[in-house]
Amino acid sequence: MTKRYLLGNEAIAHAALEASADFASGYPGTPSSEVIDILRAQEERPLYVEWSVNEKVAFENALAVAWCGLRSLVTMKHVGMNVAADPLMTSAYTGVNGGFVILCADDPFAHSSQDEQDTRCYARFAHLPCLDPATVQEAHDMVIDAFALSEELGLPVIFRPTTRVCHSRSDVDTGPASTTEHRKGEFPRDPKRFVLIPGHARPLHKALNEKQPKVVKTLAGRHYNRFVKGGPRGVISGGIAVTYVEELLPREVSLGRIGAYPVDREALRAFIAGHREVLVVEEGEPVIEELVRQEARGVPVSGKLDGSVPREGELSTAAVASILAAKGLLPQPAGPPPAPAQNVPVRPPIMCAGCMHRPTFHAMKKVWRDAVYPSDIGCYTLGLQLGVVDTTICMGSAPSLASGIYHAGEKRDVVATIGDSTFLHSGIPGLLNAVYNGAEMTLVILDNRTTGMTGHQPNPVSGMTAMGEVKAPVSLEAICRACGVSFVETVSPYDLPSTIEVMKAAKAQKGVKVVIAKQPCVITARRAGVRRTTYTVDRDACTVCGTCVRFGCPAIEMVDERASINELCSGCGVCAQICPSGAIGPQAKEGKA
Amino acid sequence: MTSFDLLIAGVGGQGIILASNVIGEACLIEGRQVKAAETHGMAQRGGSVECHVRIDGRYGPLIPPGQAGLLMAFELIEALRYRHYLGPGGRLVANKLVLVPTSVYMQELEPPTEEKILGQLADLGPCVIDADRKAVEAGSPLTQNMVMVGAASLFLPLEPESLEEAIRRSVPPKTIDMNLRAFQLGREAAGGCR
Repeated sequence: MTKRYLLGNEAIAHAALEASADFASGYPGTPSSEVIDILRAQEERPLYVEWSVNEKVAFENALAVAWCGLRSLVTMKHVGMNVAADPLMTSAYTGVNGGFVILCADDPFAHSSQDEQDTRCYARFAHLPCLDPATVQEAHDMVIDAFALSEELGLPVIFRPTTRVCHSRSDVDTGPASTTEHRKGEFPRDPKRFVLIPGHARPLHKALNEKQPKVVKTLAGRHYNRFVKGGPRGVISGGIAVTYVEELLPREVSLGRIGAYPVDREALRAFIAGHREVLVVEEGEPVIEELVRQEARGVPVSGKLDGSVPREGELSTAAVASILAAKGLLPQPAGPPPAPAQNVPVRPPIMCAGCMHRPTFHAMKKVWRDAVYPSDIGCYTLGLQLGVVDTTICMGSAPSLASGIYHAGEKRDVVATIGDSTFLHSGIPGLLNAVYNGAEMTLVILDNRTTGMTGHQPNPVSGMTAMGEVKAPVSLEAICRACGVSFVETVSPYDLPSTIEVMKAAKAQKGVKVVIAKQPCVITARRAGVRRTTYTVDRDACTVCGTCVRFGCPAIEMVDERASINELCSGCGVCAQICPSGAIGPQAKEGKA
Repeated sequence: MTSFDLLIAGVGGQGIILASNVIGEACLIEGRQVKAAETHGMAQRGGSVECHVRIDGRYGPLIPPGQAGLLMAFELIEALRYRHYLGPGGRLVANKLVLVPTSVYMQELEPPTEEKILGQLADLGPCVIDADRKAVEAGSPLTQNMVMVGAASLFLPLEPESLEEAIRRSVPPKTIDMNLRAFQLGREAAGGCR
């Protein structure tokens, strides 16, 4: 046993190594991404690791491995589960032979997401066990056990950490990583189990339902759900909210903590029965609360459904303190909570200096002054600040939303944007569909050769796999042409005049047009050693027109009432192309000035 | 035992997570429990970033506003944004640096000045150091985070030797001496604040 200071996701990845996982796949998504990244960064890697093109593909790969008798992990964020939900539901029918752990990280408060979802609902929907850790240590321990549980039950096990578990750090007791050699699996041919025609599905559904009492009993033996009686009033909590409650709750209040689903209803009923009233404190949907209400038998229950606990967002020690105080379980605080200082300028995230998205958006606005701009999920969603992002709902939606808006009869041009990884994830069917069904639109693929926002994971245009093998990058041009697009042009957005020319040509054409704006992400380029001459403003030539400042590059600021370029400059040179008075140029090289 | 709560605030890219890691590692060296929370994902792209560190923390990682014993601010606007996390008697260690958000220029707002912000923080009796200058003195502007850890070390319930050992364990081997120098310079720079 070694004590280490680990990020939640590091502890989870280490647990997978301790449990001798043979296979891990996933699609990046905050807050889940570091698990696969850490596994692939191991010097000695006893397992196969894959960044798949989307969560459904990652899920199916991992499921097949578990059918073949090996231990398998798939990772995704909560919205990725929507993409993987189709195989998820049926995987409960087929079951698994080797341990199969589905890591699905939820993001209460949508810190880095388009919505808030609760994966515990998927677990109930699919009739699969779900483990919900309260701490980093528990996350580590649960992952090791989840593989064993999955094998005991013959079912996939959902493991559902939240942002504040994945991205918190703690002292953690870890065991040694397994040194077992990579094992070989074998597909156990069994059509009655793996070929889900109706005649096979019906008995499998029945068998899954009949297995549920065993699932409850097995989980009860794991003691993830614990009930400690303290007095006539009780609090029941689950996931990380347990730690907030534990920090505050007086000893004379009972505490029930839920870490595993489905919950043993008899144990829950017995705990509630001894109380005068019960409060349920949980993030996400009222999953525990609905169970508690069903088993309360007249004991008054409060929680989300009666407004005692907020329905949305995340909890914290401070938030739980005010919930407990309002319920009379803690003394009322002496004064109002400390308020943030007023009028502090906001500092939202911003595209990097030299980011290729900024000149691409700039060119789009020059060419299409009044268009509809469906967009998608990635760093480029920050184009919202530039007025060129009109929609963001889910991965891969931009091409199909664009064709839908066209078919609705919209008179303005429709110009959609999507990143390379998002296009490969699930944008291709939308493009194919738009072409075949006769939409009029332009799709701009923002091709920075990587999955940027989540931490630069490689994808099929990057030319490298998660295992570090060099591969021929797939051709986005060839994919678009195969979808039936005849206008496919690739341009570097650092060359602003050419980008504008290509977009003008696209605008003049009928049908579906694709412009691929291609330039490596400025962060990966810097890491790869790319150094460009940086730029500077000639103070005498600057007319203070504000054009460069409005461009929004963090390297451009005002100093002594003139534009000035700071050390963030990466040398993309686009500001020199937009300055109307020619006041911006490359720095003179030392010794040549 | 109650925890000593430390909030670290700054701008994405200033090396705040590494600073937080050094402090967490120092807790491990002293055999103490620690809980921390950090910002990942899109918010890192030049946005406001916060790290919660709870030394001797046994429960959740998030510090309630009004409870922190120390606020380490890598930038002065961020010091202002997070000052309400400080509890009674809590100390502020701040880097004498103003990074004006790009949005202020884009919207042609009045950029806040160093004097004005320091005025708004004066009631806290802040310990303000020039971490960037000290970092250059140590050998690289990238060591400003260890200058800040050095300055904060005067107010943390951790032995300086533990923090130094934590730095050795946390930074790339080639940069250990430089980072230890930065730590010492930060400690000296804050010496007059105690």
